[in-house]
Amino acid sequence: MSYATSLYLTAAEIGLSITALVLLLLAAWNGDRSARLLTIIAVAALVGAAIFSIGLFDRSASEVAGRAFGDLYRADAFGSFGKVLIYLASAAVLIVTPRFFTQLGGYRAEYPVLMLFNAVGMGIMVSATDLMTLYIGLEMSSLSSYVLASFLRQDDRSSEAGLKYFVLGALASGIILYGVSLVYGFTGSTNYDGIRAAFALDFSTGALFGVVFVLAGVAFKISAVPFHMWTPDVYEGAPTPVTAFFASAPKVAAMGVLVRIAMDPFAGEVDAWRQIIIFAALASIVVGALGAIGQQNLKRLLAYSSINNVGFILIGLAAATAAGVASVLTYLTIYVAMVIGSFTSLLMLRDPAGQNLETFADIAGISTRRPALAWCLLVLMFSLAGIPPLFGFWGKFVVFQAAVQADLVALAAIGIAASVIGAFYYLKFIKVMFFDEPTRDVETSSPVSHWAVLGVCVAILSPFGYLLTIPLGEWTAQAAASFVAAM
Amino acid sequence: MEFPILSLMLAVPLAGAIACLFLGAHTARMVALVATLVDLALGVLLWLNYDIGGAQWQFTERAEIFAGFSYALGIDGIALMLIMLSVFLMPICILASWDAISKRVGEYMSAFLLMEVLMIGVFASQDMFLFYIFFEAGLIPMYLIIGVWGGDNRIYASYKFFLYTLLGSVLMLIAMLWMANEAGTTDIPTLLNYDFSPQAQTWLWLAFFASFAVKMPMWPVHTWLPDAHVQAPTAGSVILAGVLLKLGGYGFIRFSLPMFPEASAQFTWFVFVLSMIAVIYTSLVALVQSDMKKLIAYSSVAHMAIVTAGIFAFNAQGIEGAVMVMLGHGLVSGALFLCVGVIYDRLHTREIARYGGLAINMPRYALFFLLFTMASIGLPGTSNFVGEFLALAGLYKVSTLVTLVCTTGIILGAAYMLYLYRRVVFGLQVNEDAARMPDLNAREWAMLAPIAAAVLWMGVYPESFLAPMRQDIAALEARVARAAPDFDADNTIGTPREHNANYVGSAHGEARGEEGAH
Repeated sequence: MSYATSLYLTAAEIGLSITALVLLLLAAWNGDRSARLLTIIAVAALVGAAIFSIGLFDRSASEVAGRAFGDLYRADAFGSFGKVLIYLASAAVLIVTPRFFTQLGGYRAEYPVLMLFNAVGMGIMVSATDLMTLYIGLEMSSLSSYVLASFLRQDDRSSEAGLKYFVLGALASGIILYGVSLVYGFTGSTNYDGIRAAFALDFSTGALFGVVFVLAGVAFKISAVPFHMWTPDVYEGAPTPVTAFFASAPKVAAMGVLVRIAMDPFAGEVDAWRQIIIFAALASIVVGALGAIGQQNLKRLLAYSSINNVGFILIGLAAATAAGVASVLTYLTIYVAMVIGSFTSLLMLRDPAGQNLETFADIAGISTRRPALAWCLLVLMFSLAGIPPLFGFWGKFVVFQAAVQADLVALAAIGIAASVIGAFYYLKFIKVMFFDEPTRDVETSSPVSHWAVLGVCVAILSPFGYLLTIPLGEWTAQAAASFVAAM
Repeated sequence: MEFPILSLMLAVPLAGAIACLFLGAHTARMVALVATLVDLALGVLLWLNYDIGGAQWQFTERAEIFAGFSYALGIDGIALMLIMLSVFLMPICILASWDAISKRVGEYMSAFLLMEVLMIGVFASQDMFLFYIFFEAGLIPMYLIIGVWGGDNRIYASYKFFLYTLLGSVLMLIAMLWMANEAGTTDIPTLLNYDFSPQAQTWLWLAFFASFAVKMPMWPVHTWLPDAHVQAPTAGSVILAGVLLKLGGYGFIRFSLPMFPEASAQFTWFVFVLSMIAVIYTSLVALVQSDMKKLIAYSSVAHMAIVTAGIFAFNAQGIEGAVMVMLGHGLVSGALFLCVGVIYDRLHTREIARYGGLAINMPRYALFFLLFTMASIGLPGTSNFVGEFLALAGLYKVSTLVTLVCTTGIILGAAYMLYLYRRVVFGLQVNEDAARMPDLNAREWAMLAPIAAAVLWMGVYPESFLAPMRQDIAALEARVARAAPDFDADNTIGTPREHNANYVGSAHGEARGEEGAH
């Protein structure tokens, strides 16, 4: 394979890296004055990378399934699908970011640069087919995330969030690295194909430990129970746009990693990891639902909501079939729209002084002051609760369909029954907005950029989203076919 | 390609609902009224063009625009009648909310029109998942109607309504997924003739039962209904009682019985026992209510119990009766809630004791109220008589005991309804403010008179309503016949004896001879 092909397949990451480096120079040269310009360039770069990945998505069947650099990296349909989601989500978050920081005393030019490096890391994560590339991508993404979490340097909560995220994230990375070393020790390879071949010959207890450690580390990154403890604190403390980012793109990347390692190197050992995934799925659904009930802070509530959603996504993975992988991707797509829409709405909820509204008490009765925004939030919340005819239902539908087809009927029944608990706090959100009396003034207008992002998300989640089911089904099936060779 | 009338019936209120969100109060009312009247006209057109005795599924439309399920619409006679009920009640609901709702009118009308879309959608769906989507989606507008425009305790009631019905429904989704996987289709007409294994049927039946029993509602999962009814605004109660409660019965007839006949037979007595308890228990509870809406809510549970018992009688009479009770109850309980609404609008209380002697100052109101009270009791000549008589006659073939208990419920029904009527309309005018209330105005006439006419029509000439359904119910009976359990009152025709009972004949002499030998 020629070096040029490798460069071509990784062009999205390379392009983003170069852009990030150039922007870094510009930031150093010009200072924070050009922060807004840098943001626009970064958004353009991310959208460009997404478009390039879409182009690659259609071509991924050819060119040796997109293998690059001696099979360290694979630009297959699965990776491309994940990358499109990641880049678009990052771009959407970047669009709604500057206003928040401007209000709190200055937007700094590092922000878009960090976002770009983060995106590069995530792109590598979903395409990595070697444990070493995986780790590089993971760390690149994580390290920029730690800085982003504590981006409001003067704010105690933000610093605390960054520190917590760093300490626990480093622990998780350590666990993954330990698992990687065990897997390498027992198989003699870090390449996914090599590991699968070695496992097919002999799957010893030591190797099982390696698998468990790797999965546990990744479970931390997707904040699945029992590795979820950091999520509410970090989501609450981090600046709201950063929280929006954490809940969307890195989740997609980490889920992508989990699906790929489960379905590629560990594909022969489904019985070994399925029970772990099933436990994590049910525990996440229940803990995410119960934990959210008492919350007053909206960001904390959405943190639990994301734990809950991860549980549903894991049900799709537990099916361990092509349909299961496709359902995970469908759910992720809808989930990203829901999360970005929800956090954009939160960013638009401010009092006349520009202070963000963050608790239930703050948003009481906003449906009379901001009817359009309240109706958008209603769509988002019912969508998160999975109530038809909103599109959030479709995510749950495909996931449970995959589980039922894989004969995991009991898992599906328990999971869906537990989802009713989750419906309670989404209902509370709507109750507070629509049924309660207004208590405080709110800002009455929001910038067009926020409305645009929110509008796209709500349009996808509205019943018209069902018109997307056919193309979405085809794309996710094509992406899931990346692993058929492995199954 | 036929004229897509069902899609049009969905599109008209949907367009109205979207428009209402952006309109001022008065325009929104007008738009909502016009949209519902147009839908009523389309409904009449649908009925007139329905070919009685023709194909089982008529006005079918199909478009493969979704993955995993299709946009397939079509109706049989049962669905036609229930759609007619929905489109008939809707304009009346809008009229009932004309003055009573003064805040956020646009959103209110929008929620109601959305309700109409979803209800028509439920009855017209020919795809299992399309059905589920319409079925579940009804929770959203109803949650808002109760929560935003309801009474003092509306928040508790709205939560209870939503979570109760949601918990019931989700297991049905898993059962549907399993069925789609097993049968390889989501098409309802195909599934109606698909035979699942009896073991699987048991589980599937239970999952569907969880959903429909809550919607119905059957004892003991009925407790959400009184709360929801009491807190909902008048029109909300009308829709809840008039149409939403019919979803459960429709579900039993459309899914549980024909798709799982063996399991239905297995659970017949389970349903009978629940129905019997419901009839007696909720009637007794209704007797002691001091809140008018709560009383009517409990009476709904009792009526619905007759529906479930009739459906599980496994014969055409019982099922026809059940559907007729559903239609009759939809009209009558809706009308009763409207009657309560009329005086609630004047005095703003639902306490029975706050009224009295209304026959003196509101004679026309008293007349309408009397008609609907009698219809609720099931007086011959009114809609409920036909349904209850058929259902009980069908039930009698099956079990005399169940019939006995259910008929007792009807007697108790007469007790609580007449007691209510006496306290509200007859007697002395003990409350001065109640005595000063004016009689019906033109708008209230326009609401109550059409229902009164329909109630009498259904009571005097039920054939108009039975004819479209007859063939479908016969098909259903034929489908479940193989599983119909043996019942105590199943009169089997034996072979006639050769001679009549007191025949003595030639044996007489021999017998006497033997006797003599003793």
